[in-house]
Amino acid sequence: MSTKRTAIFLSLIIMLFSLGSYAQTKHKSSTHISLATSIANGKNIYIQNCASCHQTDGGGAGNMNPPLIKTTYVLGNKTTLIKIILNGFSDNVEINGQTYQNTMASHDFLKDQEIADVLTYVRNSFTNKASAVTASQVKTVRANNKPAK
Amino acid sequence: MKTNSLFSLVMPLALIPALVLTNPVVNKKTVTHTKTATAPAGLTLPTGFEATVIADNLGQARHLAITPQNDIYVKLNHFKTGKGILFLHQNGDKSTVANSFGNYGGTGMYIKDGYLYASSDEDVYRYKLNAKSEVINPDAPEKIISGLLNRREHESKSIVLDNDGNIYVNVGAYSNSCQVKDRQKGSMGRPGCPILDSAGGIWQFKADKLDQHYGDGVHYAKGIRNTVGLDWNQQNNQLFIMQHGRDQLHDLFPDLYTVQQSAVEPAECLYALKKGDDAGWPYIYYDQERHEKILAPEYGGDSKKTAGEGTIDPAVAFPGHLAPNGLLFYTGNQFPERYKNGAFIAFHGSWNRAPEPQAGYFVVFQPFKDGKPDGKWEVFADGFAGTQAQKESGRAEHRPCGLAQGPDGALYVSDDSKGTIYKITYKK
Ligand code: HEC
Repeated sequence: MSTKRTAIFLSLIIMLFSLGSYAQTKHKSSTHISLATSIANGKNIYIQNCASCHQTDGGGAGNMNPPLIKTTYVLGNKTTLIKIILNGFSDNVEINGQTYQNTMASHDFLKDQEIADVLTYVRNSFTNKASAVTASQVKTVRANNKPAK
Repeated sequence: MKTNSLFSLVMPLALIPALVLTNPVVNKKTVTHTKTATAPAGLTLPTGFEATVIADNLGQARHLAITPQNDIYVKLNHFKTGKGILFLHQNGDKSTVANSFGNYGGTGMYIKDGYLYASSDEDVYRYKLNAKSEVINPDAPEKIISGLLNRREHESKSIVLDNDGNIYVNVGAYSNSCQVKDRQKGSMGRPGCPILDSAGGIWQFKADKLDQHYGDGVHYAKGIRNTVGLDWNQQNNQLFIMQHGRDQLHDLFPDLYTVQQSAVEPAECLYALKKGDDAGWPYIYYDQERHEKILAPEYGGDSKKTAGEGTIDPAVAFPGHLAPNGLLFYTGNQFPERYKNGAFIAFHGSWNRAPEPQAGYFVVFQPFKDGKPDGKWEVFADGFAGTQAQKESGRAEHRPCGLAQGPDGALYVSDDSKGTIYKITYKK
């Protein structure tokens, strides 16, 4: 698929998604942020806080930093994923069959909405497709969060 | 290249700084040479040099050593199946794996006076060689050093020997810049950085003594964040090391450093070490453009304040994040005279330049005269990464890691991405 067609295709998907989520939530709260906005904001947060390690294409870096492409963490349990951002991560686990040597620091200085946006961006980029993370989900996890170490 | 929306958005932007930043640096140093691309290895080399792929798909081939009989020992890292040391026998332009042994991953591989030395990320072993330089007892090495610190970050241990029966081992700091919280935005430096007691330096041990621990060794040099490439300079009878400079100046202190500054600073430094030297990590870093030691932001620096009294200056300062993983002083007679006693450096290639384009993935030559750097460094072998786009995205095909010299003066380069071994020769 050409770059242009991919881009158009993706923006269509994003538009459909955002229309869908708008339709579902328009009578809930006026502060709710659409998927497209969340992804767009999340991208900026990603470039500023994550790209230097995980790279702009989400592919990671050698044995140092893992990829964010279809890993069990990115696509899996949202609480675990939110905790990785809040607490950092250096557990020397296998991530899709490989271990990584670098240390990921805590990013708890990011606001609930920012964490929601960056994770929603990651979960809908680099060929990933997974549901959005919301600020209220981050808020709940943060409230119950016991730092790992 | 995959086309995803982010990539297509970012790449055109990434190309602009690429033209501004990367090319002038590289081109300036290479104008003295006409380049010829040599198939089939795909490397670009100065005229008269040729590269052949003598082994491929070996795994994560870290450092390597060549025997007087022209056979090759390769240390593998993170292997899933098989063994951690390969013994390759050369046959013309190819080689075959004749033997494999060692149940540990790691980086260090060195031959000296009838022994093969190898390191895991915690220990150092040696194996006696027979007259044909084959390991006599592959399953029973002598463990000469054990219990070196491995806390994941900067875990590899590189080794080299001098001519007086000593072996030198790096112990990398398990931290970027000794922050209270490693790599956390704005976190300040730990006072009197406690990491420096047992890491962030070079240790000297006896090459022939069994089961040595920290206490048996000499804390030879300190204030060195991490070293992968190191070599013994025979002319000066002195240890030289290549430090991996600190990462993330902008990420951690965005008010003090721009993204662009953070991509090229601080320097990757070549140090000539004497016993007791201090290179200053984590308190200072070296700015290769201003030629000054700058106080680290974690310790009160503002990106300009200089510091580091009593710490050594680098012999050569290279651009940031290129990741020097191999160092070799060339003592052979095959290459033209100007290469003799000069330094080859294998740059593994950057990751910490994103979102700026990545760089490195080449072997550099630094001329030396009378044991001192003499003139500018130049790119010697390039093209390991593949296309320019592969290089700038960090999605390199091959990544140069180890360097070794054959008995005939050929230069060997290992790649720990695809496990390729390159042999570079000069045709008169
Ligand atoms: C200093 C480098 C660094 C930065 C900056 C960083 N990470 Fe990580 N990240 C890592 C490392 C290293 C690991 C793996 C740690 C381990 O193996 O224990 C990791 C693991 C992860 C994982 C789980 C493993 C996987 O690959 O799926 C996720 C998800 C993740 N990071 C997302 C992020 C996001 C989002 C940001 C920005 C808010 C970020 N990281 C910033 C280095 C970094």
